Amino acid sequence: MKPHPRTGRIVRLSETARPRVHFHLDGSPCEALAGDTVLTAVLSSSRHLRQSEFGLETRAGFCLMGACQDCWIWQADGGRLRACSTPVMDGMQLLTEAPAGWPS
Amino acid sequence: MSSGAEKVVIVGAGPAGIRAAEMLVSAGMRPVVIDEGMRAGGQIYRRPPDGFTRSPRELYGSEVDKAVALHGRFDQMVAKGQVDYHPQSSVLACADRSLHALTPSGRREFGYDRLILATGATDRLAPVPGWQSPGVYSLGATQIALKAQGVALGRKIVLAGSGPLLTLVTTQLLKAGAEIEAVLDTSSLRTQMTGLPGMLARPGLVLRGMTMRAKLGRLYHAGVKILGIDADECGPVSIRWQDARGAMRKSVCDMVGIGWHLRAETQLAGLAGCQFDYDVGWAQWLPRTDRMGRAAERLYLAGDGLRILGADGAEVAGRLAAHACLSDMGLTAPDSSADLRRLRRYERFARGMARAFPWPAEMVRNTPDETVVCRCEGITAGQLRDGVDYGGAEANRVKSLARVGMGRCQGRYCQLAGAELIAAEAGTSVCDAGRLREQAPVRPAPIGAWVRDA
Repeated sequence: MKPHPRTGRIVRLSETARPRVHFHLDGSPCEALAGDTVLTAVLSSSRHLRQSEFGLETRAGFCLMGACQDCWIWQADGGRLRACSTPVMDGMQLLTEAPAGWPS
Repeated sequence: MSSGAEKVVIVGAGPAGIRAAEMLVSAGMRPVVIDEGMRAGGQIYRRPPDGFTRSPRELYGSEVDKAVALHGRFDQMVAKGQVDYHPQSSVLACADRSLHALTPSGRREFGYDRLILATGATDRLAPVPGWQSPGVYSLGATQIALKAQGVALGRKIVLAGSGPLLTLVTTQLLKAGAEIEAVLDTSSLRTQMTGLPGMLARPGLVLRGMTMRAKLGRLYHAGVKILGIDADECGPVSIRWQDARGAMRKSVCDMVGIGWHLRAETQLAGLAGCQFDYDVGWAQWLPRTDRMGRAAERLYLAGDGLRILGADGAEVAGRLAAHACLSDMGLTAPDSSADLRRLRRYERFARGMARAFPWPAEMVRNTPDETVVCRCEGITAGQLRDGVDYGGAEANRVKSLARVGMGRCQGRYCQLAGAELIAAEAGTSVCDAGRLREQAPVRPAPIGAWVRDA
């Protein structure tokens, strides 16, 4: 599994006094704020949410209103969730690539 | 509450859905309200999650009173048990007077006697070379990130496209402290002036818009041709464009927000039996209804999913749809003549806006062959054109052959550009390229939600 570049693409402009939430991205511990969506949480630490399954580029969401379905992300148990409309929760195990052994 | 009353379901809790619910509640009914949002308000009056502290004035600016009134009214109806409210629930399908929805507690069916759809709109997108890169977002997404999460989606931002949101989002981002590199409007100042007579139906809004625009100063460029977004594996590094005088320009950035006004969200309306007409002014298919929003028997539409009039128009349309629904049930509803007058005025304004900030038809027709048209599956303009040459100039045929419209967004972000490209390739009109037939589920659904039921 590739290590994560520890730079996100999101810039927090306000509302930074919220309690911390801890989750794992590709096995590494990451921090977010309570009330963040999974998209905000992940893109604070990473440049992308997943690989495109139809091209070489990575994906980081597009519409943020649940319409484009670009922002789905893997969970360690093989489930997927829509990052823009799912609140991040303590202990979430998120992956930017399919879990090991997942049929492709 | 009368026993044996008909069951009315409202989909969407934005300005239209909330006002429709309010009128039904006033008539003694208890409508079901299904909404995808975590909290009611819709997109433009979207509320941040609990625990956020910015004031409504900071969030909604000049529209603060309207936003607070809508939120307050809806919360009050929920608190009193006057509406059967289902947040974070996506309606996936509609058949035999029943809606199939995914709710936080799993799959659920909602039977109805009458249905009011207030499904809103999305950004209207046109393909730009490089728009599939991570870090390119819709203008709406840019605003949602700021409003509902307090974040900017990049460190150095370029906003491009056309429409009222372009100026509004820029203003909001600047105020919040984001770094904007350039604002690129594909509509020329001359074109924008042609919309002014219609837009003067709401002079206050015109004045506010022009004041905001003036404050953007040298960041704002009108009459721009967008040539492409350059990206590396991390996302955008710059955007290339031609200014109104023809000079080639390049703006360094790590995030691009794009959008050309709005596109009505009509998939559930189509599944529920609505008919559509191609509207040349809006360059999209819009539902066919009467003035009140009646689309078919027992089906009513309201808000930007019907006519793109913005939030004020959505409140009016929500009341009108509920009025029609009540009258059709033989119940009395308050006089709607004032709302019908408002509707006419808002429509004049909206037509002016559509003229001032048009769909970039020429740009889309000239999309380079190698440019991605379908972001979901990476289908290029060249592949789409091959599909047209091979199978005929019709959107659903081209979808079968080239897969444009087949991906997860179900054509929401490629359908209008696709139709434009089909028409250009075949030498027909966009209207003749046809409209993609909607298919349930209108949101991806985990198969497990159905398997566990069996």
